[in-house]
Amino acid sequence: MRILLSVLLSVIIFMFWRAMRSRPQGRLLSKGTSHTVIWLPLVLFVGLVAFLAIGLNRDPHEVPSPLINKAAPTFQLPQLHQPDKTFSAAEMRGKVWLLNVWASWCVSCREEHPFLVELARTGAVPVYGLNWKDKRDDAMNWLDELGNPYVLSVSDLDGRIAIDYGVYGAPETYLIDKNGVIRYKVIGPVTPDVLQKTILPMVKELNK
Amino acid sequence: MMKRITFLSLLLLLTLAPAFAQAGRSPVDEELDNRVRILSQQLRCLVCQNETLADSQADLATDLKRQIREQMKAGKSDKEILAFLTDRYGDFVLYNPPVKLTTYLLWFGPFILLAGGLFALFRYIKSRREQIHEQPLTADEHKRALELLDATSGKEPA
Repeated sequence: MRILLSVLLSVIIFMFWRAMRSRPQGRLLSKGTSHTVIWLPLVLFVGLVAFLAIGLNRDPHEVPSPLINKAAPTFQLPQLHQPDKTFSAAEMRGKVWLLNVWASWCVSCREEHPFLVELARTGAVPVYGLNWKDKRDDAMNWLDELGNPYVLSVSDLDGRIAIDYGVYGAPETYLIDKNGVIRYKVIGPVTPDVLQKTILPMVKELNK
Repeated sequence: MMKRITFLSLLLLLTLAPAFAQAGRSPVDEELDNRVRILSQQLRCLVCQNETLADSQADLATDLKRQIREQMKAGKSDKEILAFLTDRYGDFVLYNPPVKLTTYLLWFGPFILLAGGLFALFRYIKSRREQIHEQPLTADEHKRALELLDATSGKEPA
């Protein structure tokens, strides 16, 4: 798509240039018209194409989070497997970790799940789960069936903590550094590509 | 006659029924509902994106409206609630983008374009006006014109 566009653009520019060359000067244009004015429409057109190329290639569902480089909101929530125990984000001070928002009702979570299981197996970075507006039994069955990549998951039954994190569609994943600052956010499923190219290098850097 | 009265009163009762259904809510609650509705009409539902929070039935929208309501009940101002939401979801939740450095182009761009267009238009009109010169007729042209006029005026009376 991008290649096609650039080829098309080059052809247009080339044809324009040839037309300019072959035309005896001043026949089609009145005397006062300068060269800059002739090129203006083309420049405007190229600008428009550039704007559209950037704008149309963006995913409108990926809303940039204002929480990047801000302190991760604190929470204290009951653990999924041991509801009488709580877990707090503050306990993770001094560690680089991932907080993955998931739910058993979330279709895309199923898609990313194998990659999280694989990641947990390598032990590169601890993954914690925020089980978002889920039923406890459903959530535990889901993990039994598909494997549990999480050190532990916490239950956000009414979705309050998810709102604090600016969650609007699971799955979402936050990379949090040793000082409890959110450094990166993945909206939608974590892919091997994002893991290899962005998350793992960042984890390495942050662990230094 | 009696039948008609019964029918009319029944009709009246039926039309009034919705009004009675609302009677359970206190005026305070209703005012709160109203405030939530007005504020959430200015907010974007992030799940559906082209729908306001007020119109959306999405799960997240319901949760957000609940939190807005709670915060209003706790005495927070609309401004504080908007700040709460933009801190979490960014300016994207606002249908009315705030005027700040990153949105200057959005707010003032159209006016710049308008000014540019007007400037170009004035320049074009001015250059056109300069190109049009009233040129006096040469002696030869003057003579030909007179001849033409004479020729027509000669034929006219007939």
